[in-house]
Order: sequence, then C-alpha cells, then structure tokens
Amino acid sequence: MFSVANHELVKSAPILSEPSDLREFPDWFRDQQSAAWKEFEGSPTPTRKDQAWRFSNVALLDLAPFRTSPPLSEDDRKNVLKYSRGLDKYAARMVFANDQLIERDVVSEDLKRRGVIFQPLERAMVEHADLFRKYFMSTEARLGSAKFAALHKALVSSGTFLFVPRGLEIKEPIEIFHWLRHENMSVFPHLLLVTDELAKVTVIEHFRSCDQHAAGFACGVNDLIAGPGAKVNYVCAQNWAENVIALQMNSTTVDHDASAMSLNLHLGGKYSRFESLSRLIGEGGRSDLLAVAVAKHQQEFDARTLQDHISPHTASDLLYKNALDDRARTTFGGLIRVEPHAHFTDAYQKVRNLLLSDDSEANSMPGLEILADNVRCTHGATSGQIDEDQLFYLRSRGIPAKIGQRLLVTGFLDEVIQRLNHSVIGDYLHGMIEEKFAA
Amino acid sequence: MKTETSAVNINRSIGDFSYPEAHVRDAGTGLSERTVRYISDVKEDPDWVREFRLRGLKTFLEKPLPTHWASKDLEAIDFDKIRYYLSPGTEAKRSWDEVPDDIKRTFERLGIPEQERKFLAGVEAQFDSEAVYSNIKKAVGEQGVIFVGSTEGLKHYPEIFRKWFGKVIPIADNKFSALNSAVFSGGSFIYVPPGVKVKHPLQAYFRINAENFGQFERTLIIADEGSEVTYMEGCTAPKFNTPTLHSAVVELVALKGAKIQYITVQNWASNVFNLVTKRGIAHENAEVKWIDCNIGSRLTMKYPGVIMKGRKARGEVLSIALANDGQHQDTGAKMIHAADETTSNIISKSISIGKGRATYRGLVHVPKHLKHCKNNTECDALLINATSRTDTYPAITVRGTGNAVQHEASVSQVSSDQIFYMQQRGLTEAQAMSLSVNGFVNDLVRQFPMEYSVELKRLIELEMEGSVG
Repeated sequence: MFSVANHELVKSAPILSEPSDLREFPDWFRDQQSAAWKEFEGSPTPTRKDQAWRFSNVALLDLAPFRTSPPLSEDDRKNVLKYSRGLDKYAARMVFANDQLIERDVVSEDLKRRGVIFQPLERAMVEHADLFRKYFMSTEARLGSAKFAALHKALVSSGTFLFVPRGLEIKEPIEIFHWLRHENMSVFPHLLLVTDELAKVTVIEHFRSCDQHAAGFACGVNDLIAGPGAKVNYVCAQNWAENVIALQMNSTTVDHDASAMSLNLHLGGKYSRFESLSRLIGEGGRSDLLAVAVAKHQQEFDARTLQDHISPHTASDLLYKNALDDRARTTFGGLIRVEPHAHFTDAYQKVRNLLLSDDSEANSMPGLEILADNVRCTHGATSGQIDEDQLFYLRSRGIPAKIGQRLLVTGFLDEVIQRLNHSVIGDYLHGMIEEKFAA
Repeated sequence: MKTETSAVNINRSIGDFSYPEAHVRDAGTGLSERTVRYISDVKEDPDWVREFRLRGLKTFLEKPLPTHWASKDLEAIDFDKIRYYLSPGTEAKRSWDEVPDDIKRTFERLGIPEQERKFLAGVEAQFDSEAVYSNIKKAVGEQGVIFVGSTEGLKHYPEIFRKWFGKVIPIADNKFSALNSAVFSGGSFIYVPPGVKVKHPLQAYFRINAENFGQFERTLIIADEGSEVTYMEGCTAPKFNTPTLHSAVVELVALKGAKIQYITVQNWASNVFNLVTKRGIAHENAEVKWIDCNIGSRLTMKYPGVIMKGRKARGEVLSIALANDGQHQDTGAKMIHAADETTSNIISKSISIGKGRATYRGLVHVPKHLKHCKNNTECDALLINATSRTDTYPAITVRGTGNAVQHEASVSQVSSDQIFYMQQRGLTEAQAMSLSVNGFVNDLVRQFPMEYSVELKRLIELEMEGSVG
C-alpha cells in the first residue's frame, strides 16, 4: 500500500525508557504522567496464573522492541491521508498516524455553535480543563490491564476529545483513524467521548497499519460516557498488520435511561486483547456489547468483558462471535456482575465460536456473579463447526463448497453486525470481513 | 414407616452430638514429618506407601494456597492446630454386633445402617480416621468384589490397588491432594471383577467426632471390564467451636465397558472446610457418573472430574448445592476429553439462601484432532433472598473441528406468581417456597436412587425453614 521509504530511526526512544519531556502539556498533566509511569514500572507483569490472563499468551507482551515515533515525513503524511477512506459521509473526522495528528475535519459551524467540542486531546486539556479532568481515565482498568492502562496514561500524547451537549443529535457518524507507520513503532490511541443528557452520537474508530508486515505496538484507551437519556454508538474497526501487538481498554458508563452500544470488529494483529467494562450506574440504563473476530494464521484474540450492574432496573446484552481458522486462538473471559441492591437486572451474555480448522483453539469463560435477587441473568457459550447439512444444501444448489463455506461463516458473523442497526456502517464492516476471507 | 423416617432423618441437628473421645492412637496436633511417620508406623505401611506419604508432605508444604482464584476463606485454616490422625485402636468390624455400643449409637442416631442393612450390599462407616464397621453382603463377596478400607487394601491387595493408587489424582495435583497423600487414613478400596454387576449400592458414612480433627480418607474404586457398581457416601459432623478440615481424595477407574456411579450427600456441620479432590478415568465405552449433593460445610471446594480416555467413554456430573448463611458451596465439574466420540454432561443446580454463596466452577477441555466429542453443560442458580449470592465461572477449551460444546447458565428467583398461586390454594408462603425450590431441583433429584432423593428433599425442606418472611 505504501512505498517503502528509506526511513531512518532518528532519535526515536524505546517506550520502556522514561516518557520524554518534549511535548507541551500543562503541569498537572505532566504530573499525572510521571505518576502513571511509576505505577507502570511498579506493577508486576501479568502471568498466565492471573485469572485475568488465563489462557493468554503473555509471552507475546514483550515491549522492549517498540519505540516512540519521530515526526513523520511529508510523504508519509500525504500517503496516510490518501488511504484514510472509511465512510462516505461523516460529521467530522480526525486522522492520526504514529499518534501525530495529520488532519482534522472539524464539525460544522452550526454544531460548534451549539456546543459540540471536537478537539485533539492536548488542546481539550487546556481549553476545557474542568470537563477533561473530570472524565479523563476516571475509571480504573479492572480487567487485568491496569499496568498497561498506566503505560497508556504515561505515554499518551494525542487523541480525540468529543463532547456532545444536552439534547443534541449528531446525525452522521464521527470518524477517527489511527495509523501505525514503520517498523516497531508504538501508538497510544485515546478517545474520550462525553455525552450530556439526551444527546445522540455515533463514532467509528479505524485502526490500521501502513506497512503490511511491520511489527508494532498499540495500547489504546477509549472511555465512553453516556449521560442521562443519551444514546451512544461506538464502532471499532481494528485491522492492524498481522505483526502488531494490540491492547485496547474500553470503559463505558451508562447513566439513567441512557443506552450505549459498542461493536468491535477485530481482524488484525498478532495478539490483540480487548477489555470492555460496561458500568450501568442509573435506572433504565442499557448497554449492548457486540464483537466479531476473524482469526487466521497464528493470530490470537483475547477478549475480557465485565457487565457491571450497579443500579437496579438496568439491562445489558453481550454477543461475541469468533470465526477461527488455521492455528488461530481466541479467548473470551466475560463476567456479568450484579452488585448488591441492583435488583431487577436483566443481563445476557453469549459467546459463539466457529472452528474452521483442526488446529484452531477457542477458550470460553463466561462468568456470573450475582449479589442481588429478582434478576434475570443467562449466559451461554458454544463451540462448533459449520453445519454439514447447510453446506450440502448450498452445494446441491450449485454453490461450490468453498464459497458455500464463506457464505455460512459471514452469515454467522453478520448476525452481530445487524444488531447495530446501521446499514451504512454494517455494509462497511461486512466488506472488511469479506476482504479478510478473500486475502 | 419406621424405616423411611430413619432414612430421611440425616440432618445436621441430629448429627450435632458427640461422644467422649477414647482414642487409643493419636498423632497429636500439627503436621510434621514426625506426624506422617507416626501414621505410617501405626498402620504398618509398606515402604512405598511411607515414601508416598513423605512426598505428599513435601509437596503440600511447597504449594501455596490457591487463593489467586479461590476463596480467601482458605486462609482461616490453621494447619498447625489440626489433629491429623485418631483411631479407637480397633480393627474394622465385620458385623454390626461387634461395633462398640457408643459408636453404634452414633450411627443409629444418624438413622443409617441397621434398617438399611437388608437393602444395602455393604456398609462401611468411618469414625474419625478409621473404618469401624464394614459389612458386605455375602453374595457380593462371593462375586469376588473386594470392599475394604484403604489400609487393608494396600496391605493385602497391592497387586490390584498399587497400579492405580495415586495415578488418577497425582500427589501434586493440588495442595489438598498432597495433604491427603501425606496423612490419609480410612476410606474405601473397591475392586469389582470383570462382568460383575453389583446390584445394590455399596455405602459408606463418614463422621468427624473429635474437635480440631481433620479427616483425610482415601477412596479408590476399580471397576474391571464390563462391570457395574454404585457407591454412596454420606458425611456428618457435630458442630465444634473451631473449624474442622475434611480433605479427601477419591479415584475411580472404569475399565473397558465398566460403569461407576458415585453418589455423595455431604452434610458436614457449618464450620467444616470440605476440600475434596475427586476424579475418574473412563476407558473405552466406560461410564463414570458423579452425583454430588452439597448441603453442609462452611466452605466446600469440590469439582468432580472425568477423564475420558477411551473411545466412546462417557462422563457425567449431576450436582446440587445448597448454600445457607455463612456457607460457600464452591462446586463444579471437570471434563477432560481425551479420545474420539467421548461425551460428557454436566448439570448443576444451586440454591442460595440468606447470605449463602453458591459458586459453579467448571472446566471442559477438548484437545486437538479429536472427532465427535460432545459436551453439554447446564447451570441453574436460584436466589432466595436479597442477600444471597451466586457465581458461575466456567472455562471451556475446544480445539479443532468435529466437536460440539455448549454451555448454558441461568440465574433466577422463585416466581412470585407461582408463590401467589400456591398461597391462594391455601399453602403458607414458606410451604409454597419450599415446594417451589423442590420443583427447581426435582428433575435432577429424580435421577438419584430412591432413598437418597427422599433424604435430599427432606434436607432441602429443613434448610428452607425460616428463610422466608
């Protein structure tokens, strides 16, 4: 996709050395970063014996080769822009490569006037310090990656801050691109989305590599805050190169009568771990957690989720589907937790694995912790393969086995994408899945 | 109906009594090499058993408590305050008349063997460390079935038992299996010859009678080709002021085409730590079935397992757990598929009452290149009060195509509509609740042998008393 530039590693520092002082941040933020660095250094590296890392190939988490990027060349910036194609229509977008802001299509004057804030992190922390400080990484990473959340906090240098004010609906999706360029580079993508009462917004984040075979490290955080009655849709389209180690930590906070829906499509990476924490803090709140992973070759996808029902009368619904081929591995570790007094909880959790090869491996750990009564909680996990009868039927209709198989697999995965109920994004994600199977 | 009332009267309040201790052998308090050697001396262990025990001790001391995933309550066990071996100094009795009167009284109050003797093929009762009474019906003995205590088994039938002893559950399987390997005494060793189908269940009762006493029985059942056997165990203990430990190891071996059914009704007093390792190996076409009911104890950690080693082997765990105030029932199942066309089934039902906590922990493993393996897991949890807690932690690994695994779990409470309906039919709320709970476990209980299902229903009713309103 990109021409091989004769790139020199000019003054790029390994990420495991101290964070640099080069960037201009407010003092309070610098202090937070050095505290976070100490926390990162002080906390133990996860081992497979930790429940949160059971079945994970923790040996892949060697961060020593990865470096922070020097400024990208003009050519690189141009190329990144050229390939940053996602949806046809969007309300606004930001493009980052190696954590450097390449382009920002601002929201319309109208939205701006009505109070929408769409800014890079480093600007928001100065211009909207109070709002920013209130929500920036305010939820503890509880699903195993506290150490890497600290690393992110220490090294994050840019990202997106989006605030949607009371009662406002942004019709078209907001798009964000994160690119990795060159060998062994690292990125720390950040999204902080705050919606006020009754606001509505859809955000799609793309994660991509410029270089097909380059190793890299991505350690991202996205925090979604749905205010009372707000409606937040979040889509992640992850398609890193197959040598990238990726960690993504999400927290979603759902206030009363609000709803949040997130869909995470994972296609790329050598090891890609995704932690999703959904907190239902107000009555009438609802959270939908959707994910699709297509794992091929030696890829490993590792998903950890927590549906935390803190307030009574809340609902959550999780559906994760994995299709596994070759020597790929997936792990799902999910928990529905109903806190004391969170009565009348309605929670579902379902993970389904489709194994397409003899060497693939699917691990499922669907969990429940119920400390209240008057709840309805169910979970299910299945692992199986393509139904021979269905394949036979397709063949009897003249569809070759190979195409029939692909039809059945994409059909299996499409169920998740349809839940999003957004045809444009749905088609886009479906196209990405098709492309991966075609490759 | 004298027989039936005695059979159902095994409940905690009736078990809650004790007799003055008159132990001839006492290994003292605390665990050291000396304790282990003392036990070996008393039991006149052969050298390989002595060595086995010492290796167990070493492993036990090396292994940390599994608190990184298990309950922190384990830290409350003070291993230095436990008495590891006590015995009345008598050999196992062959007939009921030879059993000392006071011990006989214990069992009679439990409502157990005498009335059931006609029905049950053999009974072995363990009082603290040693079996005090065992009886196998003549017919069973004539069929060549060996049903003896662990000491006797290792001493007199090493050619049969040594081959499998410690093989299904190795010493280092976990900290508590290592502890058991070091200090085990009592338990049953059973061998069923090829083709023999033991018609009536073999039965054992375990009882802790002395304060601070830890019970570490060891059971090994070998069902030779094409044979069938059912084993039932029950356990009780009086409530002492200090916590007591029960840590058993049970190994089952079902050879080609054999069937073993192992039934447990656990009703320890509510300050017993019940940390038990149970596992069976099923060879080709064989079946191992665990029926596990946990009503008593303070903390139970028990995950009966089946390793399906031969083609078409089957494994099954049916589990009922009832957790009341101050109790944590951490139970579950392990299914290891190791051959083609093996099938396993786990059905777990738990009920949490008051501040009780019921946990299901399961492991299903289908390794590479196996074909047509199937697992079905169903876990249902019922919550009675607002303060009750239930957890489900399954772990399922599937490799390759050609296998089907499904897991389902649900949590619910007693339907208020049902309660309302029964109340307007004239039942009290408590009666309605009890009926509802029995209905919840009914389809599982029905699969139990009759006298156990009656006993279990009574136990559930007793536990439900006072939980409503």
